[in-house]
Amino acid sequence: MEFFKIRKDIPFMKHALIFNVISFVTFLLAVFFLFSRGLHLSVEFTGGTVMEVSYSQPADLTQVRGVVSGLGYNDVQVQNFGTARDVMIRLPAQKGVSSAQQSDKLMVALKAQNAEATLRRTEFVGPQVGEELAADGLKALAFVVAGIMLYLAVRFEWKFSVAAIIANLHDVIIILGFFAFFQWEFSLAVLAAVLAVLGYSVNESVVIFDRIRENFRRYRKMNTIEIIDNAITSTISRTIITHGSTQIMVLSMLLFGGETLHYFAMALTIGILFGIYSSVFVAAAIAMWLGIQREDLIKAAPKKDEDPDDPNSGAVV
Amino acid sequence: MNRYPVWKFAIIVIALLLGVVYTLPNFFGEAPAVQVSSSKISAKVDAATLARVEDALKAANVPPAAVALEGASIKARFESTEQQLKAKDAIQKALIPEGTENGYVVALNLLSRSPAWLTSLHAAPMYLGLDLRGGVHFMLQVDMKAALTQKTDSLAGDIRTTLREKDVRHGGIARNGQNIEIRVRDQAQLDAARRVLADQFADLQTVDAAEGGEFKLTATIKPEAARRVQEQALKQNITTLHNRINELGVAEPVIQQQGLDRIVVQLPGVQDTAKAKDILGRTATLEVRLVDESSEARSAEQTNGMVPFGSERYLERNGQPVIVKKQVILTGDNLTDAQPGFDSQTQEPVVNLSLDGKGARIFKDVTRENIGKRMAILLFEKGKGEVVTAPVIRSEIGGGRVQISGRMTTSEANDTALLLRAGSLAAPMEIIEERTIGPSLGAENIAKGFNSVTWGFLVIAAFMCIYYMVFGLFSSISLAVNLLLLVAVLSMLQATLTLPGMAAMALALGMAIDSNVLINERVREELRLGATPQAAIHTGYDRAWATIFDSNITTLIAGVALLAFGSGPVRGFAVVHCLGILTSMFSAVFFSRGLVNLWYGRQKKLKSVSIGTVWRPDGAAPVSRTEDKA
Repeated sequence: MEFFKIRKDIPFMKHALIFNVISFVTFLLAVFFLFSRGLHLSVEFTGGTVMEVSYSQPADLTQVRGVVSGLGYNDVQVQNFGTARDVMIRLPAQKGVSSAQQSDKLMVALKAQNAEATLRRTEFVGPQVGEELAADGLKALAFVVAGIMLYLAVRFEWKFSVAAIIANLHDVIIILGFFAFFQWEFSLAVLAAVLAVLGYSVNESVVIFDRIRENFRRYRKMNTIEIIDNAITSTISRTIITHGSTQIMVLSMLLFGGETLHYFAMALTIGILFGIYSSVFVAAAIAMWLGIQREDLIKAAPKKDEDPDDPNSGAVV
Repeated sequence: MNRYPVWKFAIIVIALLLGVVYTLPNFFGEAPAVQVSSSKISAKVDAATLARVEDALKAANVPPAAVALEGASIKARFESTEQQLKAKDAIQKALIPEGTENGYVVALNLLSRSPAWLTSLHAAPMYLGLDLRGGVHFMLQVDMKAALTQKTDSLAGDIRTTLREKDVRHGGIARNGQNIEIRVRDQAQLDAARRVLADQFADLQTVDAAEGGEFKLTATIKPEAARRVQEQALKQNITTLHNRINELGVAEPVIQQQGLDRIVVQLPGVQDTAKAKDILGRTATLEVRLVDESSEARSAEQTNGMVPFGSERYLERNGQPVIVKKQVILTGDNLTDAQPGFDSQTQEPVVNLSLDGKGARIFKDVTRENIGKRMAILLFEKGKGEVVTAPVIRSEIGGGRVQISGRMTTSEANDTALLLRAGSLAAPMEIIEERTIGPSLGAENIAKGFNSVTWGFLVIAAFMCIYYMVFGLFSSISLAVNLLLLVAVLSMLQATLTLPGMAAMALALGMAIDSNVLINERVREELRLGATPQAAIHTGYDRAWATIFDSNITTLIAGVALLAFGSGPVRGFAVVHCLGILTSMFSAVFFSRGLVNLWYGRQKKLKSVSIGTVWRPDGAAPVSRTEDKA
C-alpha cells in the first residue's frame, strides 16, 4: 500500500506567502479570543474546591444547585461530569474556611437532600498553590522554548531554530485559542499536553530541516526553494503517517479515556493537526524568509558520514 | 552488512528477559492482605510476633494464603476481602489489647499475588498513584514565620535569664516582629550585654541602635540559624505526622518534604477524609508533673488500688503504672528542644532538654524543693496521656538545661528525644491542597487508561502491518517491546503511575511509532532510488537514526521541563513521557534493526524485502514486493 504517489516535488514555497498569511490570521484570532474570552482555568490554577458526587439515578442539577446556594455560595458551577449520574461542583476558595469544612458541610447537605449521593472525588487547591502552578507552567514553557532553540541552533543553525520555535509557538497559541473560544477547562493535564505537543511538533520541523540539510549536501544544483520543496515533498508521507498514528492513540484516549482525559486528548488533537500544518507550511517558509542557504549548513557536514559501514555510526546515546 | 554481532543480540535478549521478569508482577493482580508494623521501638515485629499473628489467625479460624515477616512488618495475604476484615479484627485483638496503645499498627493492604521468586528479585507491580487506587492526598504548608516567632520568643526569655545571671542590668527585653530589642541605660551595660549575647547565643547577631539618647541592642536570629530552625520545624512536623498517621492504620503512607516549607501526605486507600484531617490537625501537648510519692500512691501503683485524691494514674511506655499529681509544673510550650546525647561523666545515653527562660526558672525552683523525688514527663494526645519517662531528681537544675538519664539505651534516648520533640507540631500547618479519590473511581480510571492504550496500540499495529507488511510487523513487535520495557522500567523504578501517566504511555507509543515510520519510509525511498534491498535497509536505518535522535531530543527537552517544573499530575505524566522516549529509542531503532537483521541480514542474495508498495514516479509500473528486482 502507498498513499502518496507524488511524481514531482510540490511547489510548497511558491504559496508560502498565502500559508503565512493564513497562519497569521489564525494566530491573531487565537490571540483575540485569548484576550476577549480568556482561558477557563481549572481549580488547580484558580484555587478552590472541586467535588465530584455520584448518584444512583440521573442527578437533578437544579436541586443540587439549590442545596449549594442554600449554603450561601453564589458563584458556583454545578454540571454533569461524564454521565448524567455524576455531578461536578466547583466552589470558589473562601478565606477563613478550610476546604475540609467546605466539602464536608456540602456533602452533609447533599446527603440530607438525597441519601444516595456518594463522594467520588474532591480536590482542593489553595490560592497560593494556584499562582505557583501558573508560574511554574510559564517557567516550563520558557524552559522548553529556550532548550529547543538552543538545541536546534547547535544542531542546525539559528535561522532554523527561530523558524521552528515560531512555527510551534504558533501552534501553542492556537491550542490556547481553541480552549478560550470554546471555554474548555484548561487544567494542568492540558498544560502538560500543550508542552508535549510543543516538543512533538518540533520533531516535525526537525525532520524537514534534516532533509533540507541533506538536500543541500546532495543536490548542489538546486536552489533553496527547490531544496525546501523537495524536502517537504519527500517527507510528507512520513509526516502524515506518523501524525496519523499518534492521532490514532489520541483518538483512542478521546474515546476510552473518559472525562478526565477528554481535554487532554483534545489539546493533543488540535496540537497534532496544527503541528502538521505549521511544520510543513510555516516553519520551512519562515526559514526561507530568514534566508537559509547552503553555506549555513555545510560547515557541519564533515562530522557526519564517518564510516557508513559501521552499524553504530550515529549512535551517540 | 545487516548483521548484528552476537553481543548486540545478547543485549536484546537480556533486555527482553529483564523486561518480561519485571513486567510479570503486574499480571498477577493484588490480594487483600493485613499488614502489621510498628510505630514504636518498644513494639518489636519479629518471629515471636509472627507466631502470635499465626496463632490469632488459627484461633479465629481465618486461614491465610500466606504469612511472612518482611523486613519490619508482617504481611498476611487472604483469599477474599471478607476474610481480610475478619483477620484484621483477630490480629488487632491479639496484638493490641482493648483500650491500650502499644505501638503495633494493624492495617489493611493490598499485596501483589506474584510468586515468591519474583518478589525475591525485587520485581513488584507498578506503584499506582492515588487517582488509580483511591485515597487521600494532602499538601500542608508549614507556617515558618510562626516557627521563627516561637524561637525568637523563647530566645528572648533565655536572654532575660542569662542577663540576670550575669548581672547585666537592662531596661526591658521585648520581641518586636522577629527582632529582640534589649534596652540598656549606658554604653558599659550595652557592651556587657553584647558580650553575653556573643558568648552564649551563637545563633543571634546583634546591632546597636542609639535612639534618642537611649541605648538599644537589637538581636536577630542569624540567617543560617533561621534556616536550621525552619529545617527542624519541618522535620519535627513530619515526625509528628508519621506518629499520628500510624494510628490511622494506613498500610503505605507517604509523608514527604516538598520544597522548603511543605509536606505532602498521601494515604492510599483511606476514604474517611474527615477523620484523616482531624488526626493530621491534632495538637499534642507535653506536661511535666511530679510523681505522687505518698504511701497510698505507692500501693496504688503496685496493686492497681485506689488512686489518692489529687493524683492520676498513667501508664509508662513499658506498661508500668505511675501515679502522678494533677498539678502541672511545665508544659511543652516551655520546652525549646530535646536532643539525645551522652553524659559527660558516665557516658550513659541521655536526653538533653532545653527550656525557655520561664520554664528554666520554674524548673529550678521545683527541682530544688524536690530532690530525691521523681518527676514525670507526660505526653497527651487525643486526651490520652502517657508517661514518657519518670526520672529521679538528683540535684537542683538551673539554667534551663535538663538532662534525663536512667538506664536508657542509645536508641531509647533517641526515641525519647524524638517523642518529646515530636509530641507537638513545631509550627502550625495549613492544608493548601487536597485530593480525595474514591476507590471505584480509581478502578474506573485504570480501566479507562488501559482501554486507551490497548485500542490505540491494536489499531496502530494493524495499520502498520497492512501498510508496511513484514516491516510493519517488525515495527509493531518493536512497539510491543517498547510497551513491555516501559512497564518494566516503571515497575523497577517503582515510579508512581497515575492516569496522566497512562495517557503519557499511550502518547509515548503513538510517538514511538514515529521512529519506525521514519525508518520504513526511508528504506522505501532508498528502494525507490534503486538501492539493493540490503543497502536500502542499511542506509535507511542509518539516515533515519540522525533524524530520530534529533526529534527525540526535542521531545525529551519538553519532557524534562515538565519534570522539572511540573507538580502532581503533570509530574506523573512527565516521568512516563521521558522514560517512554528513552525506551522507544532502544526498541524502535536497536531492537527493530535486530529483527530485520535476523530476518533479512543472513540472506546474501536478498532479492526483495516486504515493506509494502514501493512506488516509483518514473512511470514504470508500481513495483510491489514480489516484483521488486532492484
